[in-house]
Amino acid sequence: MKGNLEAERTPGAATAVAAVELDAVAVRFRAKKKEVTALRDVSLSVAPGEFVSIVGPSGCGKSTLLKLVSGLLRPSAGGVRLFGEAVGGTRHDIGYVFQRAALLEWRSARRNILLQAEMRGMPAAEAGRRADELIEMTGLTGFEDALPHELSGGMQQRVALCRALLHRPPVLLMDEPFGALDALTREQMNVELHRIWRETGTTVLLVTHSIAESVYLANRVLVMTARPGTVAEIIDVDLPGSRDYAETMSQPPFAEATGRIRDLLGAATATD
Amino acid sequence: MSMNPGGSEGRLLTVLERSWRPVALLIACFAVWWAITSTRLVPPYLVPSPGTTLGVMTEKSSYLWQHTWVTTYETVLGFVIAVVIGVLAAVVMVYSTTVEKTLYPVLLFAQVIPKIAIAPLFVVWLGFGLTPKVVVAVLIAFFPVVISMVTGLKSVDPEMLQLAATMGASPLKTFAKIRFPASLPHLFSGLKVAVTLAVTGAVVGEFVGANEGLGFVILQANGNLDTPMLFAGLLVMSLIGVVLFVLVEIAEQLMLPWHASRRGEAATTTL
Repeated sequence: MKGNLEAERTPGAATAVAAVELDAVAVRFRAKKKEVTALRDVSLSVAPGEFVSIVGPSGCGKSTLLKLVSGLLRPSAGGVRLFGEAVGGTRHDIGYVFQRAALLEWRSARRNILLQAEMRGMPAAEAGRRADELIEMTGLTGFEDALPHELSGGMQQRVALCRALLHRPPVLLMDEPFGALDALTREQMNVELHRIWRETGTTVLLVTHSIAESVYLANRVLVMTARPGTVAEIIDVDLPGSRDYAETMSQPPFAEATGRIRDLLGAATATD
Repeated sequence: MSMNPGGSEGRLLTVLERSWRPVALLIACFAVWWAITSTRLVPPYLVPSPGTTLGVMTEKSSYLWQHTWVTTYETVLGFVIAVVIGVLAAVVMVYSTTVEKTLYPVLLFAQVIPKIAIAPLFVVWLGFGLTPKVVVAVLIAFFPVVISMVTGLKSVDPEMLQLAATMGASPLKTFAKIRFPASLPHLFSGLKVAVTLAVTGAVVGEFVGANEGLGFVILQANGNLDTPMLFAGLLVMSLIGVVLFVLVEIAEQLMLPWHASRRGEAATTTL
C-alpha cells in the first residue's frame, strides 16, 4: 500500500485517474462594470495521494483555485474534475481548512470537530471514535472540552484540521492554514501536517505564502503569476517522501526549489 | 478580606462589588429627593416626599398590585408576541431578498409612525380591553427585535457557511447549528431594548383608554391631583422595566456563557 502510494506520488507516473484535474480553467467576474480576469488558462493534474503547494503573489487567484476544486465556485471556462468526475456543484468529498479556523465559539473543540459528522449525518459512535483518533493524532488530547477562545491559534487550527479530516476526505484543500500563526508554531504545524499527510495518504492542495513551507511539504509546487493568475511553472520537489524538517532544509534540492520559486515570484511581481 | 471566587461567600462578594455603585447612586437620588421635599423648596402637592410615596405604596399595596399585574401581563404578552413575529420576520427576510426588499420599507414606515398617535385608533378598533394595549406593546417592541435578528443572522462568518456547504448540510441544519446560535448575541441586545420599550407600549395603550393598569392609575391620580399615588405608579412602572430587563440579562447569561461580552464581564468581576 505504502509503496503504491509512493509510486503514485511521483509526478508523471500518474497514469490512473487524477484526483484533481483542472483543464484550461478561467475565472472572470464583473466588478464595477469592468470585467476582471482572476484566473486564465490554468491546467493542473494532481495524482491521488499527492501533495501540491500553490504559491503566488497576493490576489493572483490561489484561493479561487481551491474554490473551483471544491465546487463552491464555477469556472467561466474550462473543466474541473475530481477523480474523473466533472465538478457540477459543491463537492462533499473534500475537507477544507481556511486561514481563520472558523470554529463555532459556543462548541468545545471536540464538538467543533464533530460538526462535520452531524452535518453529514454520520453514525455518532463511528464519528466519536474517528474524532478521538484525530484528537490524538494532532496532539489535542486534554483540550477536547476547551472552547475555541481558550485555545491558542495553533490549537484552533488543529481543531479545524481534525474537522476537515473527520470524514476521511480523499482530497484536502488548505487555504493559507498557517498564515496567522507565529513562526515557531508554524514550523511545528508544518512538521505535523507532513506526518498526518503521510499517515492518511490524502491528496492535499495547499495555498501558502511561505516558500519554505511550500517546498518542505509538497511533491510539486505550482507557482502562479500575478493577476490574471496563470501557471508560471510547476516545480518538482526532488526530496524524499518522509522528511525531517531541519534536515530537509539543509539539502541541495530544497535550496534549489526555493531559489527557483523566489526567482519566478520576483519576475512575476516585476512585470506586474 | 480574602476573595473566595469558588464559594458562595465569594459569589456574594462579587455581587456586592458589582452592585454597590448603582445602589449608592440610587440612595443618593432618594436623599436629594428627600432633601428637596423636607426643606419645602417645592410644595408637597407638587412633589411628595419619599416617605409619603412609600406610605401610599404600602397603604394601597393591594390596589397597586392589582394594576401592576395588569400592566406586567400586557407587557410580557406584547414582548413575547413581538419576539416571535420579529424573529420569524427576520429569518424570512434574511433568506429571501425579495421579501426583505418588500418588507423593509413597510417596517420602517410602521416604526416611524408615533405609536402614541395611532394608539387611539386601536381603542376605536379593538375596544377598551387587553388587546389594544398588547398591540401597541407589540408594535413598539417589534422593531428592535427584527433589526437585531437580521443583523445577527447576516453576521455569520461566510467561511463557516461555505464549510457547511462542503459538508453537504441541509439549509435547515445549517440554520439550526450555525446561523441561529451565531445570531443570538445580537438578538439578545435587541431583546433588552425591546423589553423596556414593551412597558412603554403597554402604558401608552392604557393612557388612551383603560379602566385598569398602571397607566390608568397614573391618569386617575393625575385627575385627582394625588401626586403621592402618581409617584408610586411611576416608581412601580420603572420597577417592572428593570425587573424584566434583568430577567432577559439572566436568560442571556444562561444561554450564551461562551460569548465575548459575557467573558469580559467575568474577567472584570474576578478582579
